[in-house]
Amino acid sequence: MNKSVSSGSSREAMTSADVRRAIVRIAHEIVERNHGVDGLAIVGLQRGGTWIAEEISAQINHIEKEVKVPVGALDVSLHRDDIGMRPVSLGAISNIPFDLSGATVVLVDDVLYTGRTVRAAMEGLNNYGRPRAVQLAVLVDRGHRELPIRPDFVGKNLPTHRADEVSATRDGVYVTPNPEGKS
Amino acid sequence: MSKSIVIKGGTVINRNSQEIVDVKIEHDCVAEIGKNLKGDIQLDASGCIVSSGFVDLHAHLREPGKEEAETIETGSRAGALGGYTALVAMPNTDPPQDSVAVIDFVREQGKRAGLVDVVPSGCITLGRHGESLAPMAELANAGVTLFTDDGNGVQDAALMRRALEYAKGLGITLAQHCEVAELTKGAVMNECSCCTDLGLPGWPAIAEELMVFRDIELVRITGAAMHFLHLSTMRSVDLVRAAKLDGLPITAEVTPHHLSLTQELLASYNPVFKVNPPLRSIEDVRALKAGLLDGTIDAIATDHAPHPRRDKEMSLDMAPPGMLGLETALGVVLAEGGCEIRNVVAMMSWNPAKIARIDAEHGRDVVAGVKANLCVFDPELTWSVDPERLASKSINTPYVGRTLRGRVRHTIFRGTATVIDGQAQK
Amino acid sequence: MKHLRSIDELGLDGLTGLLQLTDHMAEINQRPVPKVPALRGRTVASLFFEDSTRTRLSFETAAKRLSADTMTFNVSTSSVNKGESLRDTVATITDMGVDAFVVRHKSVGIPWQISQWTTASIINAGDGAHQHPTQALVDCYTIREATHAQNFSGMKIAIVGDIKHSRVARSNIQAFTLLGASVVLVAPPTLLPPDVSHWPVGISHKLDEIIDKVDVLYMLRLQSERMAQGHVPTLREYSEQYGLTQKRVMALKSDAIVMHPGPMNRGVEMQIDPSDVKNSLIHRQVANGVSVRMAVLFELLGSGSSLGGQA
Repeated sequence: MNKSVSSGSSREAMTSADVRRAIVRIAHEIVERNHGVDGLAIVGLQRGGTWIAEEISAQINHIEKEVKVPVGALDVSLHRDDIGMRPVSLGAISNIPFDLSGATVVLVDDVLYTGRTVRAAMEGLNNYGRPRAVQLAVLVDRGHRELPIRPDFVGKNLPTHRADEVSATRDGVYVTPNPEGKS
Repeated sequence: MSKSIVIKGGTVINRNSQEIVDVKIEHDCVAEIGKNLKGDIQLDASGCIVSSGFVDLHAHLREPGKEEAETIETGSRAGALGGYTALVAMPNTDPPQDSVAVIDFVREQGKRAGLVDVVPSGCITLGRHGESLAPMAELANAGVTLFTDDGNGVQDAALMRRALEYAKGLGITLAQHCEVAELTKGAVMNECSCCTDLGLPGWPAIAEELMVFRDIELVRITGAAMHFLHLSTMRSVDLVRAAKLDGLPITAEVTPHHLSLTQELLASYNPVFKVNPPLRSIEDVRALKAGLLDGTIDAIATDHAPHPRRDKEMSLDMAPPGMLGLETALGVVLAEGGCEIRNVVAMMSWNPAKIARIDAEHGRDVVAGVKANLCVFDPELTWSVDPERLASKSINTPYVGRTLRGRVRHTIFRGTATVIDGQAQK
Repeated sequence: MKHLRSIDELGLDGLTGLLQLTDHMAEINQRPVPKVPALRGRTVASLFFEDSTRTRLSFETAAKRLSADTMTFNVSTSSVNKGESLRDTVATITDMGVDAFVVRHKSVGIPWQISQWTTASIINAGDGAHQHPTQALVDCYTIREATHAQNFSGMKIAIVGDIKHSRVARSNIQAFTLLGASVVLVAPPTLLPPDVSHWPVGISHKLDEIIDKVDVLYMLRLQSERMAQGHVPTLREYSEQYGLTQKRVMALKSDAIVMHPGPMNRGVEMQIDPSDVKNSLIHRQVANGVSVRMAVLFELLGSGSSLGGQA
């Protein structure tokens, strides 16, 4: 269990062990809330949420044995509400190789911030079908919501300043205050 | 009672002399050449060249028929600002200049404008259709000395032969726009690698050269005089050079744009660069310049071709060919360099006056007694072209934003100053 | 990137960028609801001076899938076609609030000329015999899809037919060579442009000599007018020498691809039905048209790459 310190004045908000435990707990909570895994589907948001979605699905498989919950990846770049206002770079391509209609879709992302990405994701999901319900699992909730979006499953609540940058990987969660003097 | 004019302190260039003197003009003639001359109007010519006024062998004045683009008056004014005192008006008007009535009309309009001598040329064939001869004797009796179907070449070799034979008896000169029409159908620019990239039909050099060759041989067997309009290719120059060495009565002109612009400009998709014959390669430009220096080419002629703004805003293939030239000719020729001032004067005044057979009153040495058709120009002054400020009614000049060298300061036409300090006087 | 007017203006980076973006669009087109709000509020106007239902519909579908609004101007062959009021037409439409024009015209250079009269983005859907960049993008994407090759080095592509009058050929020659392919043009000398010595291509006048060596066989349409204009003695002779016959199909390498930009002149350059040609990707060319055009529209209007931008 190595504590890796990232550049400059970053502080470590979660260690890699914390991350791993949070994901295990979220997986349990998802199964508990939904009374099992019937009709469940996990969709990770490109790019930050896909690795977490894979881990959650693996955990659920471990918990519920013999069950493979379908996992997909969704790129929301083309559904964002700020298109044309700043350069958009497209992440990896969406891949949802199953039918979502009637499913309980758990959207998974690494960091929940303004809520706009999740809004875009809910709109994007509509292209694939009409889910029965949509739930939201995030590793970190850093506050500063601009839309009425709330997570159902949270790894850690992390108060931050707007100017902070938050990164989340298997190695841990790091907060870099005001990295380039941005306001 | 007309006022006397003294042109002070300019360098007077004549065929055998060059000196800084004053030139005094009274009524419509040069009265005196000397120092410290006095007159009613003093025109400062310090730093300038004083020569006989320029003569353009090739100007499209568009009247009658296309007055939207230019009139004889606006074209004359453009000519005067360019240092011209005589313009040969091309006959592709509507109706064309193939009858005495139209010839007289054009001449009268020129006189009414009173800015230059407008010398109407006649058509070789009726209507310029290339089918039967125009009444050349009748037109010659009305004073026409130069005949051409310009805009087109005479395609039929037999007809051209007869035209030359007929012309010989009349003491007139035929001028040819060399273009074999079947080879240039739909052509927009020179046939070259650039037109390959653009997917545009090309105007191959041989379309000009074939007719140059044909007409040289027709001159050889008929003995009639022939003037080649707007030569544009290396091989055309070579053909004319050889013909002159054989002593044939052939003269040739080149335009300022063919001396300064090349085919690559068409890649801008700007129809202002579309012209017939088209802009060619840098090798052709060099060959034309060499032809000027060694006397193969006798004259610089503008092929001034005004078109209304709307016409040059069309697609490249639909836009009519042609560029303005009268006001920029001197500036372009001097900017290109490589030519002595004396040669420039010979190309723009002495030689063309002779070819047009108006050398009684134009292209003379500046000496006492000659008709006062003079040009005073500053050969060093640099200026850039603003199309909206040209006197021509149209704005299709390819030299927008370019820096030219050499500008006319004063022009005297029949003893009257038509241009003073670069401003037209009427 | 403000305009898409020609492949050489696009450049290699622009070209590969658009091909990658097309993958995203292709995925969208697989969705049960193939629509994203990316260009909501933008207006795309079709200015087709030459008729082409297929290309025009392909662009309009692309615009709609990105939620853009569309306008179509069916320009008759009368005054506007003569270019008389082209400037006015363009300026008027721009004033109505158009963000992009898709233009097809029989005259070379129109997309560049139009750019002087409007601030909208211009997409060239074909200007005379000059360029048809979206077709080249479709063709490159189709080859890439079939071969999974990101670049085309080592690939031998033959373009067969009326190169002289073909905007598809000019755009494709640039695109294929930018991607590293080795291109050979196969045509009688009368259907080649006057001077191709500066083009990075090989030339052959005999299709049978190269057909078993190519990885991609790209057939161009021969218009029947070419016979009347004296470019070929008869269409039959052209077809015998340069057409895709059953015999030639058999001579192709087993993994060689056959392509055609459409529409086909059956019995002239295609003597055999393409659906009988195992390696034909003509249907993929058609299918990929919408995805490619979505990528182009998004890149010009939505990607933000033209922000603060010059053309």
